[in-house]
Amino acid sequence: MVDIGNTDIDALPVAEVEEADLYHAKSWITKYVFSQDAKVIAIQYSGTAIAIGLVGLVLSWMMRIQLGFPEVFSFISPEAYYQFITMHGMIMVIYLLTALFLGGFGNYLIPLMVGARDMVFPYINMLSYWIYLLAVLILVSTFFIPGGPTGAGWTLYPPQAILEGTPGSDLGIILMLVSLALFIVGFTMGGLNYVVTVLQGRTRGMTMMRLPLTIWGIFTATVLALFAFPALFVGAIMMLLDQVLGTSFFMPAIVSFGEHLEYGGGSPILFQHLFWFFGHPEVYIVALPAFGIVSDLISAHSRRNIFGYRMMVWAIVAIGAISFVVWAHHMYVSGMHPAFGFFFATTTLIIAIPTALKVYNWVLTIWRGNIHFTIPMLFSLGFIVTFLNGGITGLFLGNVVVDVPLSDTMFVVAHFHMVMGVAPLMVVFGAIYHWFPLMSGRMLHVGLGKVHFWITFLGAYSIFLPLHYIGLLGVPRRYFELNVGGTPADFIPASVGQLNAFVTVITLLVGVAQIIFFINLFWSLRYGKKSEKNPWNATSLEWQTPDMPPGHGNWGPELPPVYRWAYAYSVPGFATDFIPQNVAPSTMPGLENIEDG
Amino acid sequence: MIITLIFMLAVMITIGRWLYLNDLTTKSWAVEGIENMPRAEIKLPKSKLGLFVFITVITGLFSLLISAYYMRMGFGDWAALPDPPILWLNTAIIILSSAAFQWAQISARQLNMRRARIGLSLAGLFAVLFLAGQLLAWRQMTELGYFAASNPANAFFYLITALHGLHLIGGLFAWARTGGKLLRGNDTSKIRASLDMCTVYWHFLLLVWVALFSLLLAT
Ligand code: HEM
Ligand SMILES: [Cu+2]
Repeated sequence: MVDIGNTDIDALPVAEVEEADLYHAKSWITKYVFSQDAKVIAIQYSGTAIAIGLVGLVLSWMMRIQLGFPEVFSFISPEAYYQFITMHGMIMVIYLLTALFLGGFGNYLIPLMVGARDMVFPYINMLSYWIYLLAVLILVSTFFIPGGPTGAGWTLYPPQAILEGTPGSDLGIILMLVSLALFIVGFTMGGLNYVVTVLQGRTRGMTMMRLPLTIWGIFTATVLALFAFPALFVGAIMMLLDQVLGTSFFMPAIVSFGEHLEYGGGSPILFQHLFWFFGHPEVYIVALPAFGIVSDLISAHSRRNIFGYRMMVWAIVAIGAISFVVWAHHMYVSGMHPAFGFFFATTTLIIAIPTALKVYNWVLTIWRGNIHFTIPMLFSLGFIVTFLNGGITGLFLGNVVVDVPLSDTMFVVAHFHMVMGVAPLMVVFGAIYHWFPLMSGRMLHVGLGKVHFWITFLGAYSIFLPLHYIGLLGVPRRYFELNVGGTPADFIPASVGQLNAFVTVITLLVGVAQIIFFINLFWSLRYGKKSEKNPWNATSLEWQTPDMPPGHGNWGPELPPVYRWAYAYSVPGFATDFIPQNVAPSTMPGLENIEDG
Repeated sequence: MIITLIFMLAVMITIGRWLYLNDLTTKSWAVEGIENMPRAEIKLPKSKLGLFVFITVITGLFSLLISAYYMRMGFGDWAALPDPPILWLNTAIIILSSAAFQWAQISARQLNMRRARIGLSLAGLFAVLFLAGQLLAWRQMTELGYFAASNPANAFFYLITALHGLHLIGGLFAWARTGGKLLRGNDTSKIRASLDMCTVYWHFLLLVWVALFSLLLAT
């Protein structure tokens, strides 16, 4: 199995690697508030992202009570419903998941896992967070301005996004676009850090092919984001000009409320191209870090090396590359030349190959592994099941003929919630249960964790499985209500109403049950069981720091040297079932029993 | 989107080639130790690499803008605007700015800090002049009645020049920091590093400007 040909390599002499000058905070403010330490920035990013995510969650309740019990809650007007939809979608995709995976997990894990003391440009890293916070605050402020937030849908399609009649078509959309532009600026600053740190900050021996898959996922996602977000940036600026200066980048000639508007000649399709050039890679910006993290969780918690590491890396890179040439599959219904339709359908199906490969490899890793049903493992299994489910419905939707009738139905809503809502959140939870001991020095409560997992997993299925069915029945998405004059429209079977009510009740219950998670977090922070060092017996570097939680600068006087990949689990003949990346071959217990690998 | 796709292809080929030439093919599971591992190395200081990544991202931004430009041109109402002659003057000025930076950089390498200071000041002066010239161009255009709202060609003109100008303004912050170091007489290697970075960025913005200006001239 393992070829230990060169056992004569002893523990290495003292680092010859130049030491970066590490920034040292001088006061409480620069240590914890305007901090340049990636670990603190990570917590700030995560806290902000989760807080705004909770707003997104409450918005989903609002939508669900309207859908489940139409005409009961008079405070939800059609306008408000559209505002909820829009803000919910935007918050969840960008301000929660993108920020959490890259700004949160990226900042925490990259320096630790590659064996660096910090990000390479700490000052810019700090700016990145504060600009993100500003973007979030501007976003939140739109709830309190006259006219309220924009109700254009998270895709913000013009012309309606800036036309009177759409809620928040003045200040609402303006501030939304400003907030997005700021988010992108902030992200770019962070992104430069993540990329350059992975490329240049690696410790001795940490080759690219020894990086844990978590880092590969975050790294590739960051590269995608750096090239995809500019499309949204350009789109946002151009729409801002259309709205504020009255240019016609996207605005065709339009009669609104019986009045000829000044606009003319613009192309809404142009916006769609820009939006989806960003929008599709965005799916993978969220998915790739999740893929990476889940690979590491599975490997560590089933005590086996990840199956097909090299393939996994190639798959991540290939998915990243292909994801730039599939964007128009979101525009089938906008009408396009059949040849283009064929092209985009083909690329969409091709991207399924590396994705499926990853799923096989996860399953093969677990297969005959020594599975520990820890909470991170449960969430990882939950992820695989959910992702597979969403992936299969995705294969259907990737085909033009299937997509056209299903487009804009609840089926699509169910599909994308499975792949990019529930599945990544499973990984987020799994990752938090996994790395909480590292961050806090204490374990999360296992019983509460199990309850949390089962409620969330079964709950998510009870919410989104029925939505597939409702969608197949033809219920459209983004509809405030299905009733016409108090009774359901003809094409809606009566059962839809009951199912909708059921889904809503479950949504509220599952949402409230998340309190268990937060109680667990805060309780364990103070009273949780003290964690020993490296509680999961993991091999990757972040668990090998001299202190736990890792201190400022992460490592002791010397950076750790790396001798092998991050998946040396259950290597036969060793006393332990794992060999950390930084253990020198000559000091490994049990080595003398090995004759030939 | 063709232009953007070509750009993306170039980026992907670069990344792919680098990964391939380095260690993407090693059998990570079979190798132990440090010495015999191929190490994917980029022989660049971190800050330089950061700058190059940033420049690539900005190139992506402008290529998207150019893609949008061509797509929007395809719709009937495009009425090309006359190219304001002052843009030629501005082009000359930004070339001078870049040249002055180059001179400052070379002088600093020869440890002639006095000339480096002059070069840097000139570069900044020309950069500010360029920005003023761009504003003047805007003034002329609005006086002639070419408002942003009246035609997409005008709107793109303002958008493109504004975005380019903003990047130059950003560069001026770096310029000011370099100037500060030079005045304080910091350690020469630091001064040289920052001058190098600014010079690269300035040349890049010059190239972007030349591309955008040719686009305006050609359409
Ligand atoms: C917490 C559980 C969640 C529930 C109950 C929920 C529920 C909903 C509902 C009812 C809609 C509106 C469907 C319609 O009428 O068209 C919606 C839209 C949407 N949701 Fe969620 N959602 C949840 C979590 C998430 C997450 C985690 C994401 C992150 C990817 C997400 C992304 C979206 C998007 C992008 C839309 C489309 C918005 C639009 O049409 O403009 N949701 N969600
Ligand atoms: Cu897509």
